[in-house]
Amino acid sequence: MGKVVLSAHRESREFVKAIESACGTKTSLCYQCGKCSAGCPVGFAMDYTPRQIIRLLQLGLIEEALQAKSIWICATCDTCTTRCPRGVDIASIMDALRREALNRGKVVKEVSAFNQAFLNSVKRYGRNHEVSLVLEYNTRIMNPFKNAEQGPMMMSKGKLKILPEFIKGRDEVSRIFEKVKAMGGDHE
Amino acid sequence: MRLAYYPGCSLDATSIEYGMSTQRMAKILGIDLWEIPDWNCCGASSAHQTNHLLAISLPARNLAIAEKEGLDTLAPCAACYNRMRATEYEVRTSAKTRSQVEEALGMSYQATQNSVSVLELLADRYGLDNLASKVTNPLKGMTPACYYGCLLVRPVAITGFDDPEDPQSMDSIMKALGASPVDWAFKTECCGAGLGVTQTDICLEMTYRILKNAKEMGADSIVTACPVCHLNLDMRQKAIEKKYQTEFNLPVYYVTELVAIACGAEPPTVGTNRHFVEANTIFRQLPAKAKAMEEAAQASKAGKGTAKAKAEKAPAKSEESEAAAESSSLGLANKVYEDKDKAAQLAEILEQEPARAAKLEEILEQDKGKALKVADALLAKKAKEKSAGEEGNKA
Repeated sequence: MGKVVLSAHRESREFVKAIESACGTKTSLCYQCGKCSAGCPVGFAMDYTPRQIIRLLQLGLIEEALQAKSIWICATCDTCTTRCPRGVDIASIMDALRREALNRGKVVKEVSAFNQAFLNSVKRYGRNHEVSLVLEYNTRIMNPFKNAEQGPMMMSKGKLKILPEFIKGRDEVSRIFEKVKAMGGDHE
Repeated sequence: MRLAYYPGCSLDATSIEYGMSTQRMAKILGIDLWEIPDWNCCGASSAHQTNHLLAISLPARNLAIAEKEGLDTLAPCAACYNRMRATEYEVRTSAKTRSQVEEALGMSYQATQNSVSVLELLADRYGLDNLASKVTNPLKGMTPACYYGCLLVRPVAITGFDDPEDPQSMDSIMKALGASPVDWAFKTECCGAGLGVTQTDICLEMTYRILKNAKEMGADSIVTACPVCHLNLDMRQKAIEKKYQTEFNLPVYYVTELVAIACGAEPPTVGTNRHFVEANTIFRQLPAKAKAMEEAAQASKAGKGTAKAKAEKAPAKSEESEAAAESSSLGLANKVYEDKDKAAQLAEILEQEPARAAKLEEILEQDKGKALKVADALLAKKAKEKSAGEEGNKA
């Protein structure tokens, strides 16, 4: 491993500051006790634990944090934030890192494909329509049969609508999407 | 009591029984629900993982409509509830956020009203005594595990009506219905439903742990107030049983279904026949179960004296002496370990090696710390032998 420069780049300091102000929290408060990671229900599947993600940010290792699989495995359950003895809002930091990774095109294909498919359904119909969602998701990840076994299962219990329901105010809803985008939003 | 009602997308489709039972419950309890006209999706986690302003503007449109009507909003879906509370919180705490939201909506929204969950509605607003007075078919004998999940109790600043680690509202609602909820460790542990579609294996592991703990703690069912948790625990239960080679057979109910049933509704009419794990027969079995529980409680009350008397009597039959030997090694193991699992493992070893048991008893009398070390060593040795055996089998 070559030389690692810690927190020396103004760029990375500014990045961490921006993340912190978006979340109303401070990574410097963290004293690395690890309580967040001990309680994390998905910790077993992560490459960096929540504690390590915070450490990366403290050290200004932005690229590593944005490329971590962990930020896409985090289930946003908020256990870490609730338990942190220093009041660090770890879950919100994970959320902010996901959005930043999305901005920079560093994404876990499945997760962002799901989110885009979900939001497109909402934008089009005003509500989420599961069948359209799964069809678009499967197209995006190029796996036509993903979750296919669940369709008939749910159908048999009267839990799926074949056709989407359009709400009357769907124009209002798609206007919200446009407006947010115009106001500097980052949705596709 | 009049409330705006926000069903959300799930209650209209994948968890249609939650919607059916919520409306039925409201009717029984005399709560007037005004469905928000032309409501839209709250954006769920997809929105807040993508764009912050979008994530609060989508729920805000619905809340603005309810606000115009001067009503608080009942959001039974835990995910919608969480997003709505977050929106109210952010609009209240930041004037800048509020003006951005209003600009995005093209509507006025000041967050003057509150969103409530079903739990808060029943436990705080409607009241447990009131609820208990409506019960006609008490769920006596039922031992559900009350599963709150993550979204109802966290973040505390946003939800804030119950404890984030050991919440009680659902437990007290179940008690008001006559059931005996079990104590268990996974009340607020995340089930990973958000990862269900994209990273299924991780989600299955998380849900497996929850089902396993509920079963181990003696639950005969799980109660939830979240459609995503329900789908995960109920629809995926078969796949989990298959993957982990086990059997749970735990029906999963919405809290509203059980309220309606305890207040006289027939189970299938509130949607229990739409579950994946069979959920109707348990109600027929409850009377017998309640009787057995009562008898067991009486026996254990009277039992302490009898057990002692039995132990003092010399065992006459060989069967009895075997049972005594078994209970003595378990008794010894319990003295060493507080952890039940460990004690059971130790008892199993001592059973096979009476000489070690005698030795351990001797050590225990002199030095508990030392006995603990000896017992640890015994367990470690056993585990090593076991894994060596498995290695051998593989080879």
